Amino acid sequence: MPEFWIKMWEWWPEIFPVLLRATAMTVQVMIGALIVALILGMAVALMRISTFKLLRYPALFYTDVMRGTPALVQIFIIYFGLSDLGIEFDPVSAAIIGLGMNGAAYVGEIYRAGIEAIHRGQVEAALSLGMTPVRAMRYIILPQALRLMLPPLCNYAILLVKDTAIISTIAAPEIMFEARRLVQATFMYSISGQIYLICAGFYLALTLPLSQVAKRLEKAKERWR
Amino acid sequence: MKPLLRIVDLHKSFGTLEVLAGISIDVARGEKLSIIGPSGSGKTTLLRCINYLEKPTAGHIYVDDKLIGEKQVNGKFVHLSDRELAKERAEIGFVFQRFNLFPHLTALDNVSVAPRRVLGLEKRDAEERALAMLEKVGLAHKAGEYPERLSGGQQQRVAIARVLVMQPKLILLDEATSALDPELIGEVLKVIRELAEEGRTMIMVTHEIPFAEEISDRVIFMDDGKIVEEGPPHEIFSNPTHERTRVFLRQIIDR
Repeated sequence: MPEFWIKMWEWWPEIFPVLLRATAMTVQVMIGALIVALILGMAVALMRISTFKLLRYPALFYTDVMRGTPALVQIFIIYFGLSDLGIEFDPVSAAIIGLGMNGAAYVGEIYRAGIEAIHRGQVEAALSLGMTPVRAMRYIILPQALRLMLPPLCNYAILLVKDTAIISTIAAPEIMFEARRLVQATFMYSISGQIYLICAGFYLALTLPLSQVAKRLEKAKERWR
Repeated sequence: MKPLLRIVDLHKSFGTLEVLAGISIDVARGEKLSIIGPSGSGKTTLLRCINYLEKPTAGHIYVDDKLIGEKQVNGKFVHLSDRELAKERAEIGFVFQRFNLFPHLTALDNVSVAPRRVLGLEKRDAEERALAMLEKVGLAHKAGEYPERLSGGQQQRVAIARVLVMQPKLILLDEATSALDPELIGEVLKVIRELAEEGRTMIMVTHEIPFAEEISDRVIFMDDGKIVEEGPPHEIFSNPTHERTRVFLRQIIDR
């Protein structure tokens, strides 16, 4: 342990700014991927509940493929595979697209479950009043479904924060990547365990508030039901 | 006089199960028609077909001489688009057995949502109309409450106000009181009776025999997806000609 404190004393002006910057990058990738997943996921969900097979089957296929293959593989395909075809992304963009597309499969399922949990009588009442299916979805189904979706969406956001670690493999300068670089650059192999503990602390600082929000939403949902 | 509603040889099957086996009915403007029959006889399905919540397998429905749910193109019947169908449904009110109020909206918003989102009224106009309808069903003082805070009887009255605010030509009531505790049935029947007295055209699926006898102009007894017999209420209830009607009525009265 004394070695750890000596090294820390020597290197903290180096370590903490780097890890803070990496945390900002992690947040940026996470929010970017979340936005992609939320929007693309809505398309996947609407296609999956469609009555048209031509829409439903591709969405089903997409969901199965995205959930059935590792996100790491998907990101490698986007980053390395597409660059072979002349489509080049910087690591951060590739990470946002990869994690976002992967997340769309999970988020799509959350949306779908939320929409399908709303009683059939709600749509029927809306339709019988003269609403089109689109209006019924917008004014009657989605506002109700959203309250059911928020807690699992929050949990997904927590998973996403942690999943950003895998993009260190394509040299996106997020927390894990920078931590490994620090360990190597500063010859802190002997205290690498402590460095990664500090990393864990940074991740927790991001995920703990999110899980608090998730708990609150879960309670709010019960009260309303 | 031309009928307001004309149903021509309506069939409905779910897979191989035939639920409606050729139903034809004319309903005059202002007429109050009650449909009775054992469960599984197809009466609810018939009602749901009238505003196309169920798509009939065959047959046609006309309201005011206008086809419901379909149109004729070059002599062929084709289904309406969602938008066209919605327009037709806005003129037909449907009261559900389980109320189906929107739980995320207050009583007032439940009633004003269709005037706003279907008729395109301004919020204030829509709420004014909605409040008038809540007053009519005796619930203006509950305008700000959410459905979960209302009793079953109050919920059904809000549901009726939600239908009335659209000024429908025709009101369909699907066992409007059968999900209610006995002590709450009266308040809902009272509202329905008032509607009847206003001369509205109504079709009710019901198990409330005395009530049906009191307010209906005509009663239809259905069984196995067919109309077994129809006539003025006193005839059907006091002197049914078919054995099946007699058995059914005896079962209901012995309950």
